[in-house]
Amino acid sequence: MMVRTILWTGALVLFCTASAQAGATADAAVKKGFLRCGVNTGIAGFAQPDSKGEWRGIDVDFCRAVAAALFRDAQKVRYTPLTAQQRFTALQSGEVDILSRNTTWTMARDTSLGLNFVGINFYDGQGFMVAKKRNVKKATQLNGAAVCVQPGTTTELNLADYFRANNMKFKPVVIEKLEEVLNAYFAGRCDVFTTDVSGLISARASRAANAADHVILPEVICKEPFGPAVRHGDDHWFDVVKWSLFATIEAEELGLTSKNIDQQVKSDNPVIQRFVGAKGEFGKMLGLDNRWAYDIIKQVGNYGESFDRHLTPLGLDRGINKLWNRGGLMYAPPIR
Amino acid sequence: MRSESDRAAATGGASKILRALDHPRVRPVVYQALLATGVGLAAWYFTSNAAENLWQRRIASGFGFLAHEAGFEIGESAFLSYDSTDTYLRAIAVGFFNTFRVSVLAIIFSTVLGGFIGLTRLSPNWLLAKLAAAYIEVIRNIPLVVQLFFWYAVITESLPAPADALSPGPGIFLSNRGFAFPIIVTGAPLALEYPVLSGFGFSGGGLLSPEFAALLLGLSLYTAAFTAEIVRAGIVAVERGQYEVAYSLGLNHRQVMRYIVLPQALRVIVPPVTSQYLNCTKNSSLAVAIGYPDLVSIANTTINQTGQAIEGIAIIMIVYLTISLAIAGFMNWYNRRFALRGSQR
Repeated sequence: MMVRTILWTGALVLFCTASAQAGATADAAVKKGFLRCGVNTGIAGFAQPDSKGEWRGIDVDFCRAVAAALFRDAQKVRYTPLTAQQRFTALQSGEVDILSRNTTWTMARDTSLGLNFVGINFYDGQGFMVAKKRNVKKATQLNGAAVCVQPGTTTELNLADYFRANNMKFKPVVIEKLEEVLNAYFAGRCDVFTTDVSGLISARASRAANAADHVILPEVICKEPFGPAVRHGDDHWFDVVKWSLFATIEAEELGLTSKNIDQQVKSDNPVIQRFVGAKGEFGKMLGLDNRWAYDIIKQVGNYGESFDRHLTPLGLDRGINKLWNRGGLMYAPPIR
Repeated sequence: MRSESDRAAATGGASKILRALDHPRVRPVVYQALLATGVGLAAWYFTSNAAENLWQRRIASGFGFLAHEAGFEIGESAFLSYDSTDTYLRAIAVGFFNTFRVSVLAIIFSTVLGGFIGLTRLSPNWLLAKLAAAYIEVIRNIPLVVQLFFWYAVITESLPAPADALSPGPGIFLSNRGFAFPIIVTGAPLALEYPVLSGFGFSGGGLLSPEFAALLLGLSLYTAAFTAEIVRAGIVAVERGQYEVAYSLGLNHRQVMRYIVLPQALRVIVPPVTSQYLNCTKNSSLAVAIGYPDLVSIANTTINQTGQAIEGIAIIMIVYLTISLAIAGFMNWYNRRFALRGSQR
């Protein structure tokens, strides 16, 4: 009995010296056979299950794009819906491989939370929605208002900053679940709901009894660039995810879509030849199949297709999310 | 046993030591020392492992963030003033007092209501007894979080907007912004300050938010159902003979309950009711679901803004442990006053 105890203690000591280091994320995902993707609990246009329970949205499309690059099969994704408060812990602890959840890229998050943002897939800003019957025309008339907001967001901080800068007071009603915070707003518990403008438009289109009863005020009070993020410490995975994002943007610039890519495979254009893997070894550089980018576009489509499929129907304007050569900010480094 | 240790003795010095350690007086000390070492090593392993992982991923650690500016607003604060330029420490203190306020009030209300319903269930009046039983069964068997959503929805959906607020008395307003009432302002002479409708809601006077009201209501009603059963059990546990003796001595029903039954019932009631008080306090953390800014809600926000989950969870654990030990300590003291003399446990 005692000998066994001593052995057990010895084993414990040995075990201690072996530090717990995460294996390469891509290898682990390949071994499991699917990608674990952290998405929103339900925001129309970004990530929301449809009537058949299939996840839809541009954040979901991004998960599918990475799965297409990694497995040559966009279906191999397991989605984990995360609230604003759960998202970083889920990524840090290794519960998900990618956080693709309309998450604002900030310096503090990038440096002190142990994550790396791979790029920006949506440029947004924070706004305010109020019931039309309140007759509010601009945000500076909101002194004393009760404001519904989700906790643990940059929104919550910007809100406090904005009201302080304008010498106004407000009463926050802070509820974690999007559904619940929207219920509180639509029930009249709050005068104002604040989040990113895309979120306001999405909520108004999908949850309001009558969308015309609510107005979004003209003020956009801050920059909210959304991007997918991965954990610190796995540079290979960082590269795979980053270039999956760039491939979707690059494809739109090259005019490659899910419909025409099969004809374009035979194109003489060397840029397209490199993209589809007919030339060069760009897939191998990422440790992927050489047709990684072809698979993304064939199965998921380019950035513009995702946008048109999920965000345009909500009434969201492409705005600054157009390509750089069409007056927007979307720009990918070249694949060469 | 003996032959085993004989054989061990024959194999040499090392086993002599083992045999000495196996001595009935030494053995418990050895095992306890091993256990303590094991627990210590496990704690060290987890701590160093976490520290290593945090370091590898460049995740900030330590409690330095408590002195930084929080930057977020809090909807309501009991006893402490707060705005977004205050520190995280003060924000967490606000959360603690909000938890404390709702827990203490819920404990008081649930005790009164629970005692009343427990007695009602034993009432000879058939209808009253059945009503009490129905209350207990319905409330106990629905998850608390569902009840909180229910009360929150009742308050926010069924009450009118501030402009059309119900006013059951002068200066008292019920709306979906909460329950506004006049307060006494100190000064000479003492005066009442009435809430007035201004802009988006009421200003002046006092205000109970819908979140607070829903949480207090849900928590009190839920805990009362459990307390009622404990009270009933305590009274039923008093032997029939005690009543008979008391009545035969000429005491009336009131006196029997007051001097004979309740003092004995309390010995049965107090220890499990203590657990209910602890549960009530811990259940108040469901406040997060309906947006009452309790300790957990604010600590969660802090965790999310700073990314320091381990420290944040540690604070939550320490605070709840402290509250729970304080309640348990008080109730144990109270229980000792009622315990049978000479039956120290």
